[in-house]
Amino acid sequence: MNLLIVLFFPLLGSIVCLLNKNYAKQTALISSLITLVYSLVLLAHFQADASRQFVVDFAWIPQLGINFKAGIDGISMIMVLLTTGLVPLIILSGFSREFKNSSALFALILFMQSGLLVVFTALDAFLFYVGWEAALIPIYFICAIWGGADRIRVNMKFFIYTFAGSLFMLLGIIYLHLQTPGNTYDIDAFYSLNLDVITQGWLFWCFFLAFAIKMPIFPFHTWQPDTYTEAPTMGTMLLAGIMLKMGIYGVIRWLIPIVPLGFMQWKELAIILSIIGIVYASIIAFTQKDIKRLVAYSSIAHVGLIAAGVFAWNAAGVQGAMIQMLNHGINVIGLFFIMDIIINRLQTREIASMGGIAKVAPKFAIAFLIIILGTVALPLTNGFIGEFLLLNGIYQYEMWFSAVAGLTIIFGAVYMLRMYKNVMQGQLNELTATFKDIRGSEVVVLSIICTLIIVIGVYPQPILHISEAAVNGLISQVNNKLAF
Amino acid sequence: MNSLIVISILAIVVLYLGLFKAKSALLPVTVIGLLGALVLAIMEWNSGASAIYSGMMLFDNFAVAFSSLTIVSTILILLLSKGYFEKISDNVAEYYTIILFALVGIIVMVSYHNLTMLFVGLEIMSVSLYILAGIKKRDFASNEAALKYFLMGAFSTGFLLFGIALIYGASHSFDMSVIAQYVIDRPTPSAIDPMFYVGIILMIVGLSFKIGAAPFHFWTPDVYEGSPTLITTFMSTVVKTAGFAAFLRLFAMCFAPLAEFWMPTLLVITILTLFIGNITALYQSNFKRMLAFSSISHAGYMLFAIVALGSTSINSVFVYASAYSLASIIAFGVLIIVKDQTGGENFDSFNGLSKKNPFLAFVLTIAMLSLAGIPLTAGFIGKFFMFSTALQQYHTWLIVLAIVNAMIGIFYYFRVIVSMYFKDAEGKELITPGYFQLVLSLSAVATIILGIYPSLITNLF
Repeated sequence: MNLLIVLFFPLLGSIVCLLNKNYAKQTALISSLITLVYSLVLLAHFQADASRQFVVDFAWIPQLGINFKAGIDGISMIMVLLTTGLVPLIILSGFSREFKNSSALFALILFMQSGLLVVFTALDAFLFYVGWEAALIPIYFICAIWGGADRIRVNMKFFIYTFAGSLFMLLGIIYLHLQTPGNTYDIDAFYSLNLDVITQGWLFWCFFLAFAIKMPIFPFHTWQPDTYTEAPTMGTMLLAGIMLKMGIYGVIRWLIPIVPLGFMQWKELAIILSIIGIVYASIIAFTQKDIKRLVAYSSIAHVGLIAAGVFAWNAAGVQGAMIQMLNHGINVIGLFFIMDIIINRLQTREIASMGGIAKVAPKFAIAFLIIILGTVALPLTNGFIGEFLLLNGIYQYEMWFSAVAGLTIIFGAVYMLRMYKNVMQGQLNELTATFKDIRGSEVVVLSIICTLIIVIGVYPQPILHISEAAVNGLISQVNNKLAF
Repeated sequence: MNSLIVISILAIVVLYLGLFKAKSALLPVTVIGLLGALVLAIMEWNSGASAIYSGMMLFDNFAVAFSSLTIVSTILILLLSKGYFEKISDNVAEYYTIILFALVGIIVMVSYHNLTMLFVGLEIMSVSLYILAGIKKRDFASNEAALKYFLMGAFSTGFLLFGIALIYGASHSFDMSVIAQYVIDRPTPSAIDPMFYVGIILMIVGLSFKIGAAPFHFWTPDVYEGSPTLITTFMSTVVKTAGFAAFLRLFAMCFAPLAEFWMPTLLVITILTLFIGNITALYQSNFKRMLAFSSISHAGYMLFAIVALGSTSINSVFVYASAYSLASIIAFGVLIIVKDQTGGENFDSFNGLSKKNPFLAFVLTIAMLSLAGIPLTAGFIGKFFMFSTALQQYHTWLIVLAIVNAMIGIFYYFRVIVSMYFKDAEGKELITPGYFQLVLSLSAVATIILGIYPSLITNLF
């Protein structure tokens, strides 16, 4: 029953937030910390083998074969830790800001957390779908109510895109359901289906569309830069830090194991799209003058690399993706928080009008630098191990892909460091001269993030160990199915 | 059966109450009477009824479920009517009476076992509705609505009657079990009289008029817009549900073996209905008109169950109709308040509602999410059932088209959410009358509960 506590405690916190309007952010923080503690309790009891643990399973809509079935294996464990670990940071990052109607904002964040956790633990396709959408509704409202000037149009685009994708996934889910003996939505029944190649081919696209839009992979990414830019910082962090991992997780858990033959047909295309995304986003990031858009595009590039690693579908690639999802979550939240601090103090997003901030804000400069180094995957920071494994995985599939994808690291280093140089170094100007160094909750958030970046960079083994058995199990399961 | 008698008597009692000027007793008596009818209807659940009155009517579980649904919706709508009819007319008792008579017709429509009863029920309902649509005697739009509705209704009844006559000609009976037997006895399509096929097509046309399916939908927007809003609510929820129940009952009982013949026709009607309803709704700036067109598109989704006629069809229509009725009642209820207190029915009138009245904005958001089919609301469960039903018969392309339409739907359903939450407007706070608060919160809670735990109503069939 522990799992149910983790899944629904945020929901409870969300209701308390609404009732307790004056202390909404404190309530939200406490609630998210309790959820984190519970998830750490789960981790303490977790055996790092390929089995599913803490499984809850009861009938939900019995005549349709729908069960409330959820459980955690190594892959889910990482995702759960990602969610429960990052949400407190995200909430804390909003502490130094004032929001109108803040109780609703924090309630929506916690509501979304429940949805995300359901997605990452669901073992029933219907439950997965419900969680998938339950995470979408709150983020739509977060971005559309508290976002920037163009928020309405941008978020409508975002919503339509993702909703369209998920409806195709729903079509696929119902179709698979009707093929299972005994008509169930159980993931194991889906795994044991043996459909013909043509059916698997179009089912692949049903799921792939949903996941590709969420990640996003080129050419389904067009909603992303606008949405990230217009969203309030906490919304951007939720989107980039956690929500897009739903897509990658979906590929690992649902897409490839269920329709391996369909996947094999389109594998090459999926990897090529991912790699085009990396290069394309890096080039655009290179030319950005808007600091938040730059980070948004860099995120597309990083996610493209993770996606390519997953689609390569070997132990190194998938393991790399697992740890890199965690790292990307940490880094991107750090980056967007940094952006938020800069934009909030300078009231501009123009890189050209910044400079010299390091002189007046040394603590801020150190934190920024560590996060940048983590993002560009310097050895001994967290980004390195992930990108190394991912490139290794892609290399095992095709050397040239790996070579092109490897460009992302160089590209990334160039535009990230160049941004750092333009923003933090050089001459102070009128605008930046009064820049105040970080304080209070900002210091707490940034120091936690920097610590994580270095600790994971130096000693990633425990995290790799959590998902290793589950990843290997899943890969050999797919291989067996392909051999059959 | 008993509920039918109770409602008929209730209607006359209410008329007498009006005669003796007991205005304040009208609503309580009507609601209590309907609750009694509801209890009586539910008591007949699983009673293993057989056809009564020489096979004229059959109160099976299908009839009980749909009677209960329509009675509940009517109660909710009547609760919204407190103070509403007084404003637009002096003869309040007649409203209640006519609505109750319409409900009598509806209960006949969901429990018929003979095509003549289908016709009688449909006419009882329709004649009542012609009057209700035009009950604002001095209002031009209301008169137009009544006239249009009457002409179109009479026209469609003609088709229906012609269809019934042809089917009688082929099968020599109005009785549905005899007609069903006629079809079963003739396994080869050519053995069935061509008249019978023509009859089916004509009945499809007639019934499509009644449920407002394209291309027979032209009366819907004008009638919905011109009628008093509460009557529109009644028409787009209770009447529509009844129309579908009648449609489904006929096809499930009699024409199921001939699916290969009528399915393509109905498939075309379904696709047209989906697209015309949704695309036209997209271009509306009037909220009420938008709801009218969206109700056309919902008719399209509900037709899935008949196109892919199978074991789950009844369940799907029931779930969908419940979800749709609840959400529509909320939407129209909020519209009545907004129109009453801001004077407009356009999307702009909803600007800043989240500040002027957070409760109304919240329930309307739930209703819109439900109509758009977002999970955790009843509307999603309804769509989910429809999609499952259609896929069971491998109508994959139909679902793909439905997905395109669901996306179009998002645009106009979210428009009102955008107005309420993201746009600001001047103006005073809106007040929610007590009865509205009750009905709206009940419907909203029911929408969420059915969305989270649909087993409450999906276990019925």
